Amino acid sequence: AVDISAETAWMIAVRDDRCRESFGALFDHFAPRLKGFVMRSGTSAEHAEEIVQDVMLTVWRKASYFDPHRAQVSAWIYQIARNRHIDILRKEKRPIPEALKEEPDAEPDAGQILALEQETQELKLAISRLNDDQRTLIEKAYLGELSHQEIQKQTGLPLGTVKSRIRLGLERLRHELRELR
Amino acid sequence: MNCGSFAEMSQIQHHIPEHVLAAYASGNLPFEFSLVVAAHVSMCLECRASLEAHQAIGGQLLESIPDMGISDGLKSDVMALLDAPEKAAPVYSRSGIYPGPIMEALKGAQPKWKALGGGVRQSILSHEPTGSVRLLHIPPGMAVPDHGHNGLELTLVLQGSFSDEAGSFGPGDVEVADDDVEHTPIAGDGLPCICLAATDAPLRFRSFLPRMLQPLFRI
Ligand SMILES: [Zn+2]
Ligand SMILES: [Zn+2]
Repeated sequence: AVDISAETAWMIAVRDDRCRESFGALFDHFAPRLKGFVMRSGTSAEHAEEIVQDVMLTVWRKASYFDPHRAQVSAWIYQIARNRHIDILRKEKRPIPEALKEEPDAEPDAGQILALEQETQELKLAISRLNDDQRTLIEKAYLGELSHQEIQKQTGLPLGTVKSRIRLGLERLRHELRELR
Repeated sequence: MNCGSFAEMSQIQHHIPEHVLAAYASGNLPFEFSLVVAAHVSMCLECRASLEAHQAIGGQLLESIPDMGISDGLKSDVMALLDAPEKAAPVYSRSGIYPGPIMEALKGAQPKWKALGGGVRQSILSHEPTGSVRLLHIPPGMAVPDHGHNGLELTLVLQGSFSDEAGSFGPGDVEVADDDVEHTPIAGDGLPCICLAATDAPLRFRSFLPRMLQPLFRI
């Protein structure tokens, strides 16, 4: 059996109750990792901390966009960090898709949230089973710099394995579509 | 991906290739292609779900990064800023056939069209030595000159349709063409074809005249 992870629970408390303790817990967990993430692309430790500060403030301010039915906290923060880092590095505003916002009165669907947690566990397992070469490659692609051409040359290996693990977002979207019709 | 329920809902047949989505998710895609991805994902739930899957992979890898240790004051600095007023960036929403990311590139205004000849018009959104992205307006039945590519070209249809050697493309569809593709897209009947086209290198036109005109029109 899988429980809702602490991170998800913290993030929901930040979103719904503006809970500072929960935000502090998220900060303790993610800030040091985000710093390492940003430093991988050659950013100095000092500058990296400015970006971490920026990313964590965005987590607080944009919390209403967090949808636990579709995203794990780590995935959501990854995406925020990527956007902020690029805006700062390239001094350009990275184009991002229109936001899908949940109906304000939508009740959380515990089954769906748990299913996503389960799926993420499977994803974690799939990543841990990669051999060293594959793992290096996937880290390079998602944490560093690999062009789409370089990624294309490599897609044979990890992408397929790993991606097949995550389909719940898609299921969820299908569900929302049915309601829209 | 093969999903019946989406086929009923959306007519989109041609999607963003997986390696381009992965490069976008990981921040490794240049601006001009990122705009096409962001615009397509705004129109396509299937690619949105794929993109979220890529973000989940990124999230798992983020979790596995060793703890770097942070400065003592960083947390209290951030906590102290939680209530600070934020300068909210403007949010551009969809306007007619143009999804939010395109409206943002247009800074909220409607496109300023420039004639290219033969009734074809363009509105350049970004033009850098590394690549360019523009809106094209092609009258029904009109052809975009026969051309090859020095690099990648992504074309997203926003209105009407076009077809070429690779197939037929309607609203929401993306055509992916690279180095070895020479094609002659022809706009379909009905509404004029309006599309968003991004390249990372100048297009090579086959006939002499258009090539001479290339610098003029910044194609
Ligand atoms: Zn798509
Ligand atoms: Zn072309």
